[in-house]
Amino acid sequence: MYVAVKGGERAIENAHAWLAEERRGDTDVAELSIVQIREQLSLAVNRVMAEGSLYDPDLAALAIKQARGDLIEAIFLIRAYRTTLPRFGTSKPVETGTMACDRRISATFKDLPGGQVLGPTFDYTHRLLDFKLAAEGDLPEAPMREAQVGEVPHVTEFLNREGLIEEALHDDAPPPDLTREPLEMPAERALRLQALTRADEGFTLGLAYSTQRGYARNHAFVGELRIGSVPVEMHIPELGFAIDIGEVTLTECETVNQFKGSKTEPPQFTRGYGLVFGLNERKAISMALVDRALRWEELGEDNEGAPAQDAEFVLYHADNIQATGFLEHIKLPHYVDFQSELELVRKLRREAGASDVQEAAE
Amino acid sequence: MNAYNFAYLDEQTKRMIRRAILKGLAIPGYQVPFASREMPMPYGWGTGGVQVSAAILTPEDSFKVIDQGADDTTNAVSIRTFFERTAGVETTTKTSEASVIQTRHRIPEDPLIEGQILVYQVPIPEPLRFLEPRESETRKMHSLEEYGLMHVKLYEDISRHGHIATAYAYPVKVEGQYVMDPSPIPKFDNPKLGDMAAIQLFGAGREQRIYALPPYTNVVSLDFEDHPFEASKADHPCGLCGAIDSYLDEVIIDDAGGRMFVCSDTDYCENRQAAGHKGKDAA
Repeated sequence: MYVAVKGGERAIENAHAWLAEERRGDTDVAELSIVQIREQLSLAVNRVMAEGSLYDPDLAALAIKQARGDLIEAIFLIRAYRTTLPRFGTSKPVETGTMACDRRISATFKDLPGGQVLGPTFDYTHRLLDFKLAAEGDLPEAPMREAQVGEVPHVTEFLNREGLIEEALHDDAPPPDLTREPLEMPAERALRLQALTRADEGFTLGLAYSTQRGYARNHAFVGELRIGSVPVEMHIPELGFAIDIGEVTLTECETVNQFKGSKTEPPQFTRGYGLVFGLNERKAISMALVDRALRWEELGEDNEGAPAQDAEFVLYHADNIQATGFLEHIKLPHYVDFQSELELVRKLRREAGASDVQEAAE
Repeated sequence: MNAYNFAYLDEQTKRMIRRAILKGLAIPGYQVPFASREMPMPYGWGTGGVQVSAAILTPEDSFKVIDQGADDTTNAVSIRTFFERTAGVETTTKTSEASVIQTRHRIPEDPLIEGQILVYQVPIPEPLRFLEPRESETRKMHSLEEYGLMHVKLYEDISRHGHIATAYAYPVKVEGQYVMDPSPIPKFDNPKLGDMAAIQLFGAGREQRIYALPPYTNVVSLDFEDHPFEASKADHPCGLCGAIDSYLDEVIIDDAGGRMFVCSDTDYCENRQAAGHKGKDAA
């Protein structure tokens, strides 16, 4: 005897309870604190802030804990929280030229004003498992030196002075905001950059890599990569001037790309740009390469039909929260639609003269 | 849940969504872009429908949520609970008692009446999407009423299979103008779309589109004169209530592949059973 399935509500409650237990793991092992995650898994925290579009290390750490370390799930938690926040206003554009750099490297000049600063990078570590870490010992102190004071000028400015690189167009118009307006095509560069900075790191990396392998190759040099903190200023109408409301750590990448020139323009290098919350140079470099690939039209280049050149393809598929939601929704019941397909296929098969064992048995 | 506004969304966002809904009602079948918000449930799980419901719900409403026709499918339970918590509205499983019904993949069997609102969850609002993946192109096609590609697709189905091989999300034409995706309802439900007394609102969250059918709108399923549209369902009565006019789910009941057919609309089925109707598999 068949009884219509009931009890979805109970099942959901029980699933949530089990999930909470699994998240905690063995209770004989000390529980992770938010501070531990924020301090010791800071790159995960950075990724969640960047793709969650919310600069708050503590909330990002909380989201990582709640998501059991699933970063896309954590990003989702942050996005869903972010969208409920009231918007008081907008900051002034941050000035990355005044960044207090922890790291600043250029691949195009051996030395330059402001110097090359490696900073805390994995780059030249040998990827050997460090079993000492398993023993939780103290670590030796890193050597210190006085911080450099003064501005660290952008490498592209040097090229710009000679007219060797395209002028970065100055635009004081408020940039569009895809979290407040529906994404519509064609998307201007500011909008594309906003989409890219919150885009999935893996997707952006894959697209950028594809340009390096020849799908819309654009010969990128890392003109400059810098990581550090910048003050965030906001204009307060009641005061009549701007005040610092805090600071954020950013990773900025400017690529210098080749460009042959055209009938109307002499040969010039072109630019790709990446800017990401926190410390994430893989993402910033990827973003710069994809930004550059998407600029083919304004630079008068050929459409090679490469994925990274296709703004609709890139922008509509780069958001991991949209992607994972839609991908995973196929877990939901679809039996109504499946039933209608079943009927159709049975009918077509009957008409094609195929014997349907099940139908015959009835 | 006092930290959140009534029905979760802030009033400015609701206002933005209501404007999109009103525009949609004014231009039936036209896909209105709206600034869809990130909701606390995943994209693809009804965020469009949830935002539409959140924008139209009032404290006096009685709210029903169905998925696959049933009130107790897990995602329907989840969405209903969401609004119980964030809006505190009365919820019901009775079609006749609901003022707002959010649905995924079905239209209730009982005819809806004036004053009711049916909110559809829509995964891909663009009926031309699988013929032309580019949004910039499909928007142009709609504005030029360039629907030849769709007719060619349907014609190719007929030449290949002898029938139009679309069983759900069957495209319709609204008031002789826009071709519209009715969301993935089985084509059995298509005839209910037209001339409906209730307001029909369609929300696609991930795709950031809202569209609408005002009451008594002319809605025609695309077809050809010599291959007229045909609503179809499993050719059985409901095993529980004996209904012969309702859409049926096929349920596998034993290892030998034994099957029975039951109403997908659980409220309809329960009402019939309560009224004394009995199917052959009923206890």
